[in-house]
Amino acid sequence: MSILVNENTRVVVQGITGREGQVRTKLMLGYGPKVVAGVTPGRGGEEVLGVPVFDAVQDAVKQVGGIDASVVFVPARAALEAAKVAMDSGVKLVVIVPDRVPLHDVMKLAKHARQTGAVFLGPNTLGCLSPGKGVLGMMGGSPEAARKFFRPGRVGISSRSGGITSSMAYYLNKAGIGASTIVHVGGDSIVGLPHPAVLKLFEADPDTDLVVMFGEIGTTQEERVAEMMKRGEFTKPLVAYIGGKQAEEGTRFSHAGAIVEGGRGGYQSKVDALRDAGAVIVENFEDLPAVTGRVLAKVER
Amino acid sequence: MARLLEHKAKEVLAGFGIRVPDGYTASTPEEAAAAAERIGGDVVIKAQAFVTGRAGKGLIKFAASPAEARQHAQELLGQNAGGFPIELVLVERKLQIERELFAACLVSDEIAAPVAMLGSRGGSGVEAMASRGEAVLAKRPFDPEDGLDVRTAAAMAEECGLPTRMHSAIAEVLQGLAQVFLEKEARSLEVNPLAVLRDGSLVAADCHFSVDDYAVSRHPELEIEIAREIGHPATPLEKIAAAYEETDHRGTFYFLELSATGKKLVGFHGAGGGGSMMSMDALVRHGFTAKNFCDTSGNPSAAKVYRACKHILAQDGIIGYFASGSGVASQEQFHSARGMVKAFREWPLCVPAVIRLGGNKEEVAIDILTRFLGDLPVPVEAYGKDDSAAFCAERLDVLVKAHPPVVPYECVPTARTEPAEQEYRFDIRTGSISFDHAICASCEGQPCIASCHAEILELVEGKPRLKEPAEESAHRCTECLACELACYNVGKRSIRIDLPIPGFEEYLAKRGAK
Repeated sequence: MSILVNENTRVVVQGITGREGQVRTKLMLGYGPKVVAGVTPGRGGEEVLGVPVFDAVQDAVKQVGGIDASVVFVPARAALEAAKVAMDSGVKLVVIVPDRVPLHDVMKLAKHARQTGAVFLGPNTLGCLSPGKGVLGMMGGSPEAARKFFRPGRVGISSRSGGITSSMAYYLNKAGIGASTIVHVGGDSIVGLPHPAVLKLFEADPDTDLVVMFGEIGTTQEERVAEMMKRGEFTKPLVAYIGGKQAEEGTRFSHAGAIVEGGRGGYQSKVDALRDAGAVIVENFEDLPAVTGRVLAKVER
Repeated sequence: MARLLEHKAKEVLAGFGIRVPDGYTASTPEEAAAAAERIGGDVVIKAQAFVTGRAGKGLIKFAASPAEARQHAQELLGQNAGGFPIELVLVERKLQIERELFAACLVSDEIAAPVAMLGSRGGSGVEAMASRGEAVLAKRPFDPEDGLDVRTAAAMAEECGLPTRMHSAIAEVLQGLAQVFLEKEARSLEVNPLAVLRDGSLVAADCHFSVDDYAVSRHPELEIEIAREIGHPATPLEKIAAAYEETDHRGTFYFLELSATGKKLVGFHGAGGGGSMMSMDALVRHGFTAKNFCDTSGNPSAAKVYRACKHILAQDGIIGYFASGSGVASQEQFHSARGMVKAFREWPLCVPAVIRLGGNKEEVAIDILTRFLGDLPVPVEAYGKDDSAAFCAERLDVLVKAHPPVVPYECVPTARTEPAEQEYRFDIRTGSISFDHAICASCEGQPCIASCHAEILELVEGKPRLKEPAEESAHRCTECLACELACYNVGKRSIRIDLPIPGFEEYLAKRGAK
């Protein structure tokens, strides 16, 4: 098993005729899962890499049958509408790749997701990837790189940074540690599937023994993970690294979500909360593979 | 920046029917005196700066006369607040405050919805007071489309134990704030204190207002200069960087000056959000202080990276240059390497540098850096994905100890410096390329043509030219800077690529740098 995506996931790509849409469709076709349809308004009837293109998600659902997930490659300002349409058509998982989606659009989308019983990953996400099974989004870039970088295993990865997602998986892989599923939750202040939601999925996944998490200053995600652990809702070992030690309050250094505001979301409060809840905190990023290996060895003994 | 100064924030609130004190901004002592005159009576003079706790820092002063207002403004203007000079004060009527409350709207990432807050007391640390039981803080989520309804707002006043006669006025303010919050796409909006005057009316005495960076372009009326959260007013160099970034959307370039007064100041050049932070943290652990934050990622052109380098190099007082991202980038790293070589030779680099360009095509990137910067009087070391950020920070530590900054020296840049004898020139997206065909005549291999990523050059009568039609091929140039470097590599230096940064030279001249 794995979470969010496997070899049988049926996918629609929204914005399939665009530059990014085409390149990443190639990735998903080459690596898995099943790309069954694409959508670009006004381009219905065409084909992209052998995938039929429809004018609307509803048309795709009607023609090709059940769709499990949509991957959205439309411009940031159009992401809200595209994702809403997918949810209205019964798609239960929407992966929103574009960066710079306005915050208030994301809140409106969260409301819509609650109303339609759907979830979304992102925005500003590379997506998620279950090694050897499938990828939703752009993680890995190309099928060849994805095969080289990621190997199947029993460690779940959840990260707030795209670049770090790749590098964590690469360094773990180099140390012989494979992953069940790799999730980039997205770099924004509000994301559809933040760390706590992803860890809940990993908790329920019998093929995940341990989770490695890349946290950052800003938002309450890491603090909430600590609370989940204390309440006994997440019981697997957690190895975490928190970025942004030097960042000053009120200044956004990198991701939109990585900002300390009103004394909330600072480095130390996250580290303290997680440590107190029993997580293993790694201070030096490069120690991550070794520490993960040690914790994993204990679990699997 | 994506934060509004107090006076601008109050102007927006007033537009939504929320009362603010009578007031005027002043950028000179004379204007402050005139404002005090117009208001009449006691006034307060407030420095317009993005620092918290202004009262405790002496940045808020009271005056009983225009002459006193002038004197206070004189003291405040130009004074340093949070590392940056105060350029504006707000002169307001002094309020007769009966009681202070706290009102705010913010975004809760936990419930992915906006939340309204009302505190029974104002002032700093209201949340801490609430947790100690010294104040009541009522919090309610509200709909991101419909706003805050009147019953919920009134219930918040009730929860804070405020007298019933005040409930409707409080509810009106809270609903107004929620409306401002949604319409202006704020990240956070805080009125602290919300003053209750003797006549029972409510006035926003201070306001903290930040707008979602990604929505700034939908709100030109807010006149935000840089769509990014920064803890200080934009510096000249930050403004130059932001203005350039607006014109070039290939990848991301972001430059931020930190008000760093720490020791071992280093120019920092990151790539990617998480990787930059992780790398900066590695620097800090080795006792360095990043003088700036810079991020070039999302597959930027070499030209963009070159410009980023120049911003970093233009800072005074750095003892080293550190570049590092996540370590496993998907962007082709040789673009960054070429941008760095051009910038470092041209400036020239006067401090040791450690460059970690791990990921896609890192071996090419490392080769470029080593080959073309090896002759500088300061060491430049290049690393890839199998060398950690911590290791690279350690290397920089070793290098800066052995190599203090050198004085600017004569360095042969990659570009031609002499005027061309037979110039062949064309414009590219953000600059221009000039060949000296007199030099090209003596070139045998024409490596410029082979190196061109966009393949827009061809050999015509022994000289490189744009493929026909020229007006179509020129704009296909990806500004990869490969031709200039290839030409330099064979010792010809026929090519000169000019990549101007509007306002940059003027800034240097004004500052007297270089």
